[in-house]
Amino acid sequence: MARLTALKALVQRFSFLLLLLASIALMMVGRVDPTLVQSTRTRVTDAFAPILDAISRPAATAAHIVETFVEIVEVHRENKQLRLENARLLQWRQAALRLEAENNSLRSLLRYKPEAKASFVSARVIAAPGGAFLRDVVVTAGRRDGVRRGQAAVAGPGMVGRVIEVGEWSSRVLLITDINTRVPVVLDNSRQRAVLAGDNSDQPRLLYLPPEAPVAVGDRVVTSGDGGMFPAGLPVGVVASVGDRQIKVQPLVALGKLEHVQLVDFGLPGALISEAERISSIK
Amino acid sequence: MTISLWQRLDQSGRSLAPAAVTVMLVLLGMVPVYLPGYERVVPSLALMSVYYWAIHRPDLIRPSAAFAIGLLQDILSGTPLGMTALVLVLCHWLVVIQRAFFLADSFVVLWTGFGFIMFGSVFVQWLAYSMLTQMIVPIQAPLFQALLTLAIFPMFAWLFIRVHRAFLREI
Repeated sequence: MARLTALKALVQRFSFLLLLLASIALMMVGRVDPTLVQSTRTRVTDAFAPILDAISRPAATAAHIVETFVEIVEVHRENKQLRLENARLLQWRQAALRLEAENNSLRSLLRYKPEAKASFVSARVIAAPGGAFLRDVVVTAGRRDGVRRGQAAVAGPGMVGRVIEVGEWSSRVLLITDINTRVPVVLDNSRQRAVLAGDNSDQPRLLYLPPEAPVAVGDRVVTSGDGGMFPAGLPVGVVASVGDRQIKVQPLVALGKLEHVQLVDFGLPGALISEAERISSIK
Repeated sequence: MTISLWQRLDQSGRSLAPAAVTVMLVLLGMVPVYLPGYERVVPSLALMSVYYWAIHRPDLIRPSAAFAIGLLQDILSGTPLGMTALVLVLCHWLVVIQRAFFLADSFVVLWTGFGFIMFGSVFVQWLAYSMLTQMIVPIQAPLFQALLTLAIFPMFAWLFIRVHRAFLREI
């Protein structure tokens, strides 16, 4: 009897070690062969997408109810603010129309080749599973809706991230705040190029900016289009703080409150993406 | 007395309760909650569940189940495959070998024990993620995650006790 329990304990300990090694081995496999892990991930995420979709609905409804109350409380103040803003925007509209006309006539003089028209797919955010180490969301649109890897995800006023995995009817978007995200950007005022790098905080940093470059709080940060991943001029955020060691950028979109995103196909050649995919398929 | 098929079905259904609760919590933890800053500190619900059941019913949630649940969490959340699985298996093992300590009557001991496990797991995950991405990942968010998880632990412990009493009293 004693021997039997000892054997049992041994098996138990052994199974623990085995599982421990399996976990570590899996992490290694993920490092060595990311495509294998990715295809497994997209399949399982696809399978769980309907469940996640169903359980995310009550949360969204609750959030809507709370939001409605907040809106009722704030409606007067907001109305006043919107009137002012509307008046200002109407002036801008006039300016924009004038500039558009001028732009059109100048383009016709130059035989300018217009950029490809963008098309987009709207999708609902059904999971924000990131946790402490990752910033990503799962959305309800996939390959059958025309989503492709590398497309930009946009919500309202600006860019929120990039599609990293595409399943049949769900896909995963890596947010610009994630520690693995790098976006080539340009400062709107000074035309200074830089790279926007996430660090898992709410505000990503600007990298590779020369020390003497003029940067001020409130400068707009837009994509530069370098590398062909994203089109130029997509708004990303505004400079939130300028310190000695780092410059932080506040994203234009509240990433914690994403409900819907648009996955945009800008019709870019996407040379780098296809190149990367070709290399990984050879591997 | 022979056990009928229905009784056996009922029994195996009940004995699935711990694993089912844990899987449900994994899925629940992924629901987007529209609170500012929340997505950074999502509490580790699966860890709580594995901790509780490993103390009270280690026969119903085996290390392999903990591993599978961790793997599911990794797959769905996008963390490196095996990271959460590693932590859940470690938690299960620690609890089982130190069961005499954790299986105390007082709730404070249960809570304190979970504190140790939680901070240990955050450290292991942080170390693993930093090694895998080859950079020092900021540790603030994981620490806040640990604190939040610890703060809401009593609420979930109550839920587990209810499930425990409702489904597993006889078996």
